[in-house]
Amino acid sequence: MSTEDTSAEGRVEGAPGGSVEGTPRTAQHASKSAAAIDRAKAQGRAALIGYLPAGYPSVEDTIAAGIALAENGADLIEIGIPYSDPVMDGQVIQAATTEALANGFHVAQVFDVVRGITSRTEAAVLVMTYWNPVLRMGVDEFSRRLADAGGAGLITPDLIPDEAAEWMAASDKYGLDRVFLVAPSSTPERMKRTVDASRGFVYAVSIMGVTGARASVSSAAKDVVAAAHAAGAERVCVGLGVSNAGHVREIAAYADGVIVGTALVAAIGEGGVDAVASLTKELSTGLTQEEA
Amino acid sequence: MVRLMVDAPAAGSDESPVDAFLHGARPKDDMPQGAPSLRHAPGPYFGSYGGRWMPESLIAALDELEDTFEKAKADPEFTAQIAELNKNYSGRPSLLTEAKRFAEHAGGVRIFLKREDLNHTGSHKINNVLGQALLAKRMGKTRVIAETGAGQHGVASATAAALLGLECVVYMGAEDCRRQSLNVARMELLGATVIPVTNGSQTLKDAINEALRDWVANVDNTHYLLGTAAGAHPFPAMVRYFHEVIGEEARAQILAQTGRLPDAVCACIGGGSNAIGIFHGFLDDPSVKIYGFEAGGEGVETGRHAATITLGKPGVLHGARSYLMQDDDGQTIESHSISAGLDYPGVGPEHSYLADIGRVSYEPITDSEAMDAFRLLCRTEGIIPAIESAHALAGAIKVGQRLAAAGNDAGGAAAGAVSEKIVIVNLSGRGDKDVATAAEWFNLLDQDSPEAEIALEGEQL
Repeated sequence: MSTEDTSAEGRVEGAPGGSVEGTPRTAQHASKSAAAIDRAKAQGRAALIGYLPAGYPSVEDTIAAGIALAENGADLIEIGIPYSDPVMDGQVIQAATTEALANGFHVAQVFDVVRGITSRTEAAVLVMTYWNPVLRMGVDEFSRRLADAGGAGLITPDLIPDEAAEWMAASDKYGLDRVFLVAPSSTPERMKRTVDASRGFVYAVSIMGVTGARASVSSAAKDVVAAAHAAGAERVCVGLGVSNAGHVREIAAYADGVIVGTALVAAIGEGGVDAVASLTKELSTGLTQEEA
Repeated sequence: MVRLMVDAPAAGSDESPVDAFLHGARPKDDMPQGAPSLRHAPGPYFGSYGGRWMPESLIAALDELEDTFEKAKADPEFTAQIAELNKNYSGRPSLLTEAKRFAEHAGGVRIFLKREDLNHTGSHKINNVLGQALLAKRMGKTRVIAETGAGQHGVASATAAALLGLECVVYMGAEDCRRQSLNVARMELLGATVIPVTNGSQTLKDAINEALRDWVANVDNTHYLLGTAAGAHPFPAMVRYFHEVIGEEARAQILAQTGRLPDAVCACIGGGSNAIGIFHGFLDDPSVKIYGFEAGGEGVETGRHAATITLGKPGVLHGARSYLMQDDDGQTIESHSISAGLDYPGVGPEHSYLADIGRVSYEPITDSEAMDAFRLLCRTEGIIPAIESAHALAGAIKVGQRLAAAGNDAGGAAAGAVSEKIVIVNLSGRGDKDVATAAEWFNLLDQDSPEAEIALEGEQL
């Protein structure tokens, strides 16, 4: 596997929507996410990816917590846009994003958060968002502003490649990563199609369910990662239900990256930025240390 | 006035025009030259609307549902099962009743009511739940889940689940559960489990969100029995399919009773399932004007309404691209209506398409206009309508008055023609569930009665 080849998980052939046809996928669109994962790989470990909802409890806190994530071992950071109808989120993240909205969070502030983190850390910063806020702003406009803010790309939990023609075009135009999800229920055909459409990495959903801490990581996760790799994905990261260093260690054994969300959201809610820093440090021990 | 008839039966056939229609004959001469049929639109897209804006985790289940549905439609055993249940369980065909005294208030046109209120469980909802519950059985699912605003679809789902031996879980906003405690009891009597939803705005849209979360986690054994013609493909086309019987019956009945097609068809629109069902029978009849009446709440200028097509903008919610009540950030705006069944910030994607191409006109009706029509139907026809359906009745009054005004403008010779104008209203449900709301609205309750206390909270089914 070449670490220079940060360009794509996929190819133009078979990309849905037809919008990228004729757009050469070249090194000018070097993937920030892929580069961050490959840096971890060069150190002989999986990447750690941390999620924080923008504006919870405040925009300033999200920026500070994002910096703390990066300084304590996270290689990539996902910033979630609070949304009125988060169908893929469990109670903890729902409560956090509902509070952020109640406090007056506006979508455009996500660019302030991204800029605030990318200007002070080396971490790749992606935005995770349900699709309607992007549609409302305009896919091209949103993409332009995200790229301007130094963002790496988007993770899109309710956008499948079948509906992504506009996003395929905009992400090529602005050199952004497009991280689609694959699930235990994905057929081999859909797995291939989604891997081909993705850039940066593929987000493997560990379990049939929504976000939230779970006692153990589903055994399905390993199979999803294997299927995504078999479908041609160079980088596959696992999310949903990962909440402690033990989970991180288990997943890091077979995946290219480990995504932690709910546990970090609970930490910032209970102990603020310091709690995010200490949890990140603890989680990162799962990437490098053998279990005692 | 050109009198439009269905095609003459084929030579040698002894079918009546009505029978011929029911067996698929369509009035091809009525179609504008080269215009494609609007009936039986298969999805996933209706123009630029519809699609599948859903998590990948659910795509396999949607594919399985689509495949099962397509095979079932082509299976005579399935269509026979549906026909049998419609006839001997739901009580179809529902009547088409002329409302002569009510019509005097609608410009003097003739008004006919399609009596979905007479179906088992009291509304059109039964058509869809029986069909989907049968599909759940064909997929080998043992559990169905449903959302409900204030109970209508929840009760229908619990009914179908009881009939077919399926476990049933209904998600309902916590506030609705509290003020609809009798309906919670009704669902529980039917064997369903009702789960109060405390997330977000605790309304219908949040009940849908929670049902989707359940579905993702339990999709192996669970079918999501969505209650309206919205959501991800195949739901909009599938829910319409199960409600097409409304329009097919109405078209045949009006031909049998009057010898011609109506001038207008009216229905209320929340998500739009009763409307798409009756509209479907007339989409390819260009002489028939079609009207969808949205909930205007306290008035569209107040911001407290559910007039999604009138004032919304295209967006994606709950799996489909369609008109949507949303703010500048794309956050869903809470809707408001005296009618719980219309209180939804989205609308089925086929309606958005029919609005854009101008085939159907969508207009708002305020709470006040709907309640006036509600009382008028009670007092002129002895029929208590659902408040949802009262929006269609209020709209029909306006349509009738417009038809009359147009007739009068045409001069005395045309005056006689006004009384020959025909308007069909889909009376989608009965109003027993709305008695407390109506009693409060019309100040019929003693101030300190328990009923007044409940009604203050907006008791509805």
